[in-house]
Amino acid sequence: MESLDLLLGGLAEAVTPINLMYAAIGVLLGTFIGVLPGIGPAMAVALLLPVTYGLDPTQAFIMFAGIYYGGMYGGSTTSILLNTPGESASVMTAIEGNKMAKNGRAAQALSTAAIGSFVAGTIGTLLVVFFAPALADVAVKIGAPSYFAIIVLSLVLVTSALGSSKLRGYVALFLGLTIGLVGLDRSTGQARLYFGQLQLADGIDIVVVAVGVFALGEALWVAAHLRRRPVQVIPTGTPFMGREDWARSWKPWLRGTALGFPFGAIPAGGAETPTFLSYILERRLAKNNGEFGNGAIEGVAGPEAANNASAAGTFVPLLALGLPVTATASILLLAFQNYGIQPGPGLLGEQADLVWTLLASLLIGNTMLLVLNLPLAPLWAKLLQIPRPQLYAGILFFASLGAYSVNQDPFDLFLLLIFGVVGLSIRRFGIPVLPLILGLILGPMMEAKMREALDVSDGDLSGLFNESLAIIVYVIIALVLLAPLALQFVRRSDGPTGPSEPDKEKVSA
Amino acid sequence: MTVVVGYVPNPFGEAALDAGIEEARRRNARLVVVNTSKGDALVDQKFASDDQLAAVRTRLDGIDVETEVQQSSASVDVAEGVLAVVAAESAEVLVIGIRRRTPVGKMLMGSVAQRLLLDAPCAILAVKTPA
Repeated sequence: MESLDLLLGGLAEAVTPINLMYAAIGVLLGTFIGVLPGIGPAMAVALLLPVTYGLDPTQAFIMFAGIYYGGMYGGSTTSILLNTPGESASVMTAIEGNKMAKNGRAAQALSTAAIGSFVAGTIGTLLVVFFAPALADVAVKIGAPSYFAIIVLSLVLVTSALGSSKLRGYVALFLGLTIGLVGLDRSTGQARLYFGQLQLADGIDIVVVAVGVFALGEALWVAAHLRRRPVQVIPTGTPFMGREDWARSWKPWLRGTALGFPFGAIPAGGAETPTFLSYILERRLAKNNGEFGNGAIEGVAGPEAANNASAAGTFVPLLALGLPVTATASILLLAFQNYGIQPGPGLLGEQADLVWTLLASLLIGNTMLLVLNLPLAPLWAKLLQIPRPQLYAGILFFASLGAYSVNQDPFDLFLLLIFGVVGLSIRRFGIPVLPLILGLILGPMMEAKMREALDVSDGDLSGLFNESLAIIVYVIIALVLLAPLALQFVRRSDGPTGPSEPDKEKVSA
Repeated sequence: MTVVVGYVPNPFGEAALDAGIEEARRRNARLVVVNTSKGDALVDQKFASDDQLAAVRTRLDGIDVETEVQQSSASVDVAEGVLAVVAAESAEVLVIGIRRRTPVGKMLMGSVAQRLLLDAPCAILAVKTPA
């Protein structure tokens, strides 16, 4: 097992005190932002990006990975204790988890979520260790036309899988692609969409867009809905589980992991779909159906495991293909690019140390989360008492600092404000953020691959279709786009609806 | 004639409630119990839950004066919220619980009690908890 040896090497690298410290900072910060509704790991990593320029890439990524896992983890605490999901992936946890807490079983709900996340995260990370190198081996042989097709596929999948309205998804996608076009054309050197502004001719820094849309947009949105009736937090002690809880939890954990990992690895809109499917599955399998809907522990264990397994699964396409499938993964990709590292088939060869240390630190981070979060859960719930003005003032401070520090150019602060307003508008009109960010980050990559393919074929369009893989992918895209239409046509009646969108409204209404 | 009690679900608030009930009986006045939050944090421990309010109502049931419980999460801060009720009810006396604050804590957090003492148009009965 070559991968295992490499992982052990990475583990040895990751347990140096300084790396452990960054892992600890990451998981604490991740849990912090995961607990607070409206602030997700994508925003946290985007805010921290400029701060970490001075760090060694390995350490920065150890911290980011901790934030990612921690965010997934923290969300469950708010879901269970408040019925207010901290992030979209824990919406399903809230259904049964909050009922359990109301029945006085908050401690058990918290611990099955925590231990389930640990189990799923660990299995998921080990699966990444085996799948990512295998996929990278295959991916090396993928040519530009197929790469282009795969990027188109992932954009189409994310856009149509997410949310209630496809139109809103495509609005977001094209908005992102357009922002990605601003700046110099890389092959001809022509400036595009720069409106006579020299600063724009250099292109818009993606960090500024990400911070604007995530941080400033959220802050403006919260400012518009600042005052609300406080919600009641359900008091809880230190989490623990009885023998019966263990017996009822371990199968949902494993089933949730099995569902979550593959969904994390394909661009299907992140953790919402697998958590939803896991919830439905556990509900079907439950013997005493009366308990489901009134606080069944399986309904917490399954979705929480699925949520963390999909977070792990995201690393497979990110590391092996350089394709992010969630908002946080896109920001991680951005972080890689800022360090001059291009994730993709070559990454495992060129930056083997970094990758294996990163994977090993995911395992360590996961263990830290379990050790920290089980006893600290009541403390995390206290974070919810932070008044929003103070909290968002801090976020705005870091946002402005980050945007300015990218180029030390006041013009970027102006851009930040514009993208903050964009962020506010997309929240206002229920447009999903993920297609926008993915379009922005994958757009230039997609263009480069397309240009490469067309250059080889001397501008002949057939150059995009001369690989069999590319054609297969286009067929899949056609199926994804046409199948729902065809189904609708055949059935005419309204079939089962997809997972209802855990959108911003629910969190900040 | 009205007695207003600034209520929070903790020992200070309970002490204020006790004193307020006494005061209303003595003056034979209407008793208004107020609980309010600025509503700028997701969770506010001083914002009474439905259960806690119900407990207050049960206590007030046994009293022979007219009573009322008000709760609001206004967009103003707690002191302003209470003062608004005092003004609306033209209260004769306002009953609040007070606590010891370190100078630093007061500087950081401000003091609702101090603002009420200085700004209320009526007499104030400040109650301490039995230590």
